Amino acid sequence: MEVFQRISSHTAVLEQANIDTDQIIPARFLKITDKQGLGENAFYDWRYDEKGELNPDCRLNQAPFNTAQVLVAGDNFACGSSREHAPWALLGMGFRAVVSTRIADIFSNNALKNGLLPVVVPAAFHAKLIAAPGTSVSIDLESQTITLAEDGESVGFSIDSFARYCMLHGIDHLDFLLQQEAAIQAYEETAV
Amino acid sequence: MTHPSSSADQAGHAASQRPQTLFEKIWQQHEVKAATADHPAVLYIDLHLIHEVTSPQAFDELRKRGLPVRRPDRCVATMDHSTPSLPADAEGDFPFVDDLARQQVRKLEENCRDFGIELFDLDSEHQGIVHVIGPELGATQPGKTIVCGDSHTSTHGAFGALAFGIGTSEVGHVMATQCLLQHRPKTTAIEMTGRLQPGVSAKDLILALIAQIGVGGGTGQVFEYRGEAVRALSMDERMTLCNMSIEAGARAGLVAPDEKTFAYLKGRPMAPQGEAWDQAVARWRDLVSDEGAVFDRVVTLDASKVQPMITFGTHPGMGMAIDDAVPAEIHGESTAKALDYMKFEAGESLLGKKVDVVFIGSCTNSRINDLREAAAVFRDRKVAPGVRTLVVPGSKKIKTMAEAEGLDQIFRAAGAEWREASCSMCIAMNGDQVGPGQLAVSTSNRNFEGRQGKGSRTLLAGPATAAAAAVTGVVCDARRLGGN
Repeated sequence: MEVFQRISSHTAVLEQANIDTDQIIPARFLKITDKQGLGENAFYDWRYDEKGELNPDCRLNQAPFNTAQVLVAGDNFACGSSREHAPWALLGMGFRAVVSTRIADIFSNNALKNGLLPVVVPAAFHAKLIAAPGTSVSIDLESQTITLAEDGESVGFSIDSFARYCMLHGIDHLDFLLQQEAAIQAYEETAV
Repeated sequence: MTHPSSSADQAGHAASQRPQTLFEKIWQQHEVKAATADHPAVLYIDLHLIHEVTSPQAFDELRKRGLPVRRPDRCVATMDHSTPSLPADAEGDFPFVDDLARQQVRKLEENCRDFGIELFDLDSEHQGIVHVIGPELGATQPGKTIVCGDSHTSTHGAFGALAFGIGTSEVGHVMATQCLLQHRPKTTAIEMTGRLQPGVSAKDLILALIAQIGVGGGTGQVFEYRGEAVRALSMDERMTLCNMSIEAGARAGLVAPDEKTFAYLKGRPMAPQGEAWDQAVARWRDLVSDEGAVFDRVVTLDASKVQPMITFGTHPGMGMAIDDAVPAEIHGESTAKALDYMKFEAGESLLGKKVDVVFIGSCTNSRINDLREAAAVFRDRKVAPGVRTLVVPGSKKIKTMAEAEGLDQIFRAAGAEWREASCSMCIAMNGDQVGPGQLAVSTSNRNFEGRQGKGSRTLLAGPATAAAAAVTGVVCDARRLGGN
């Protein structure tokens, strides 16, 4: 997993609530057996027109949003399917963090295993981000803070200590589990 | 476990006497390591369900690391998402929608062969939607921890199993270690009082709950469905209920096992047999929330007031009684954007809206109970002109059972298409899809934009409502069709 310590970037904003994982990566792109091409197909039905051309009206296709590393989205982001293709697609688009007032459980779990940071912020701070698409923010994982460059306002967010440690050091969760072999064996010997 | 001092003994005793919820009991029994300040709990997984879409990258990770699947005996694999709902041709070739789908299914065959996992493939009599065959095989059992790279794994909670969806990284974790790192979710008691009225289904019940608490209302929680209404439901209906827990954002849904659960499982191929069965049932009887157990939250819903439901918007929380007017807002939020997509106006009724497609199937509503409910509406009626109707059983076994009862004849005589077991039009990966702008009444679980095909407009409902839409060509209340 790629190390995540601190990033500074302008934002891209998708203000609508309940953006589901079918929007992030439609199911017809799940027939792959690797992780290739997901970035190009992310938000496909929003970003491309009937002919498969980039839709210039979609904000994600416009500068400077098309180079943003931080995606600010409406409440209850990434609800729905468990497809890990969703965080893979967002990473493929160049995002390293998503910011919302609420982020679905399975998506958060998946994102944290891939170096994509799910950042849950209070509604007032979120409203400021939504109102200023493209604004610059910095996100510091060590101190768990997100700061607006414009006025220096900073709020905290929370990432569980294990996932944070793994992201800060680029450690794969599976490596930790593999070290638990003795405990797993002991469990299997005693459990019904 | 022995304790060094009597005070510790008492403390241990007190802890074991504290009333526990069903969730706490299962969780505690599966902790390989409890959570510490440094890491989440290491949770043992009893059953890993595998399908073609979310597993290939996990198998690749194992190959890359040179790891075996630690407990292939705890895995059950099948193919359902990318598989065609039409039968093989004379040469035995299946009509896959494209080469990618065919390759994905081949990849699963190859992976299961290489790693020693039992696979119920398209030629197996047990093939079907992964959440339908788990219970059908008796692999799904009370008290088990069950995972699958699929959010509708919550279905298995109907048996009092702690079952939840995971991503592909975690699929790899379970393959390699039979464990997951998990944060303990909060518990919510969903108290369903009263009894459902005739003509109101488990699908209506869960749509009513999600409309009440919202699509994010269950985030971070495990639901336990309780109360008279839940006890009265059949196992098929309990599966429908638990299946859509994820649509409220919940990690899992649970129903405490009872005589209906045991009767369903008895004699199934993977269920314990003989003496082991009796021992298992004795253990399972303890899988209830103790009197006085404390939930983090309690939600109450009067099932006797639930009406046949239908969704009007672009997520499952946008549901209403079928004869209600489309609301301008729900949970304090405007529905304008969703209504713009759905081409509906706030304040109007959906009754009488012309329907293009009807889909009866999916892990939510493809079991025998659902097919019987739909068949009761189709009997001696015809699908209305211009409506395409697909009926897709959840498994080969259900297909066979339905055919033995003559349900397929009822569907075919009405003019509906009777297909092979698959996820089909719910996720629209196999070529079965709703066309752009078309309006579908679907017994599936998600009405997201484009879920059933680009530009598709989905109304979620129960099997009777879907069948009624097929025969009348419009959205209608199945109860008003009268008996036939």
